[in-house]
Amino acid sequence: MTSRTRRYSTRDMAVLVVGLGVAIVVNVGVIWGPALASVGLSGTDWSGIGPIEWVGAQNYHDLAAEYPPFWSAVRNNVLWLGFLALIATPFGLFCAVLLDRRLRMSRFYQSALYMPVVLSLAVVGFIAQLVYSSDYGVLNSVTGLTVDWLGDSSINIWVVMVAAAWRHVGYVMVIYLAGLKAVDPALKEAAAIDGADERQTFFRVVFPTLRPVNVIVLVITVIEALRAFDIVYAINRGRNGLELLSVLVTENIVGEASRIGFGSAIAVILLAISVGFIATYLSQMFREER
Amino acid sequence: MTLTAPATAPPAAPPAPPRRRVRPLRVLLHVFLGLVALGWLLPLALSVYASLRPYDETARLGYFSLPEQLTFGYYEQAWTQAELPRYYLNTLIIVIPGVLVTLLLASFTAFAIARLRIPGRRTLLIVFAAGNLLPPQVLITPLYTLYTMVPLPAWLSDSQSLYDSYVGLILVHVAFQFGFCVFVMANFMRTIPEEINEAALVDGAGVWKRYWRLTLPLCRPVLAALGTLQFTWMYNDFLWALVLMSSGDKLPVTSALNNLRGQFFTDYNLLAAGSLLVALPTLIVFQLLHKQFVAGLTLGSTKG
Repeated sequence: MTSRTRRYSTRDMAVLVVGLGVAIVVNVGVIWGPALASVGLSGTDWSGIGPIEWVGAQNYHDLAAEYPPFWSAVRNNVLWLGFLALIATPFGLFCAVLLDRRLRMSRFYQSALYMPVVLSLAVVGFIAQLVYSSDYGVLNSVTGLTVDWLGDSSINIWVVMVAAAWRHVGYVMVIYLAGLKAVDPALKEAAAIDGADERQTFFRVVFPTLRPVNVIVLVITVIEALRAFDIVYAINRGRNGLELLSVLVTENIVGEASRIGFGSAIAVILLAISVGFIATYLSQMFREER
Repeated sequence: MTLTAPATAPPAAPPAPPRRRVRPLRVLLHVFLGLVALGWLLPLALSVYASLRPYDETARLGYFSLPEQLTFGYYEQAWTQAELPRYYLNTLIIVIPGVLVTLLLASFTAFAIARLRIPGRRTLLIVFAAGNLLPPQVLITPLYTLYTMVPLPAWLSDSQSLYDSYVGLILVHVAFQFGFCVFVMANFMRTIPEEINEAALVDGAGVWKRYWRLTLPLCRPVLAALGTLQFTWMYNDFLWALVLMSSGDKLPVTSALNNLRGQFFTDYNLLAAGSLLVALPTLIVFQLLHKQFVAGLTLGSTKG
């Protein structure tokens, strides 16, 4: 091929070096550099000003032993992940399967389901307050209860997860719907001719072919669960039962008590969890490509 | 299972009648989907309803009640009290350059990765794509520190540093969304026939010309899809502005919603009106560019 052997002119080289150079500098300077710096800073007790002192694993020890919000944040993140993965995601898949057929009004159903995806999570948080508010909220009006859904620290995480799921279901549904549309119809026909009913066709024939989509949805779900921040922050700044790891990181740098080393340690824990899933995701994507 | 032909079945009655009948299962399906769809729209409908009613009325009767009085007063109040026009403008100052620069930088990088045989292109693609998947909190602490330390000339930022500047916010959006766009566009560009490039090479076209004049025009559908998606994401951002901005008057519109909250008392009807005003542009974009939006969402997950 000519392009393999062709030498680039000086101008071509300049264009390439500038274009790719900017891309690499921005990516390393803003994303990977700071991410690695988090790892380094997590071993220090830096407060943002003054000398940086190395304290080793002290921050991690303090996190686990002397910082109660940490464990409730871990618990909430795990709950969040479980809720999205075991309830919201299967429901999104279920809706996608139902919508993957010629249906009148299909477009309306789809629009309704993924409308929340375009809403800012902050707006979702504010809407949640209308529904859950203890005094005039709709939920209490309809059920006749007087529960403080958002203020009671033993239940508020659940109702907030419902709000998060409201958004997640649509996202998952869109992805699965695209995946289902790509399934060869001949497969389904063959299964039908063999006498399989719809349930059997789905679980034995269609679902196994969706494996790549499943991996992607799983990773998106995990990443969303780790990133969850805006909704709880809009509701009560992530306190009183709504602690999340992402909120704790932010809390430790914004505000008066700037504990950069400590905040970084929490960030590194997030990093460690996400890296494994990111690797899974990428290996799936790149395997497909080959 | 095997096919068995019933011996008694008359040939005049095929198992699948060509005429469409109302099947009970189909009705059930519509009922179920209809209920789910309504349930999904309910919270938004509810906030529209709440935003139209005066506070003292809903305080007396609750949100779930018939209206005595409907008014657009809260929209007016949100518009003026929260100074929404100014915050919309802030958002545009951040989002428009953000989307354009992201698409430009990402499309060139994708072109270089997909079309030119540069060394290490695979590694580059992996590193870029992985960067987009990191939770922002992983890098936010050092980034915040870095931003406070990088000086900017006063004409570019009145804070004289990257921290608390529009440039800084645009930069972080570009850097964060870049990886996803490169990944999607590189996949797309691989599907463009190689012959176009070969012909251009014979004509002696340089790298820039092959990118700008030959490849980019063919990428319009993917640019439209990514543009729609990136607009929505950058518009909806809440975290970056919260951490990397300190002047209240420079915040984007999503963060300005907090201005509607009183210190001791919050009028939720006002907040509903404000939330809807903030959500309106994305809802409009979504309705108008429905196809592009869905295409954008699924681009990363299925082969482009």
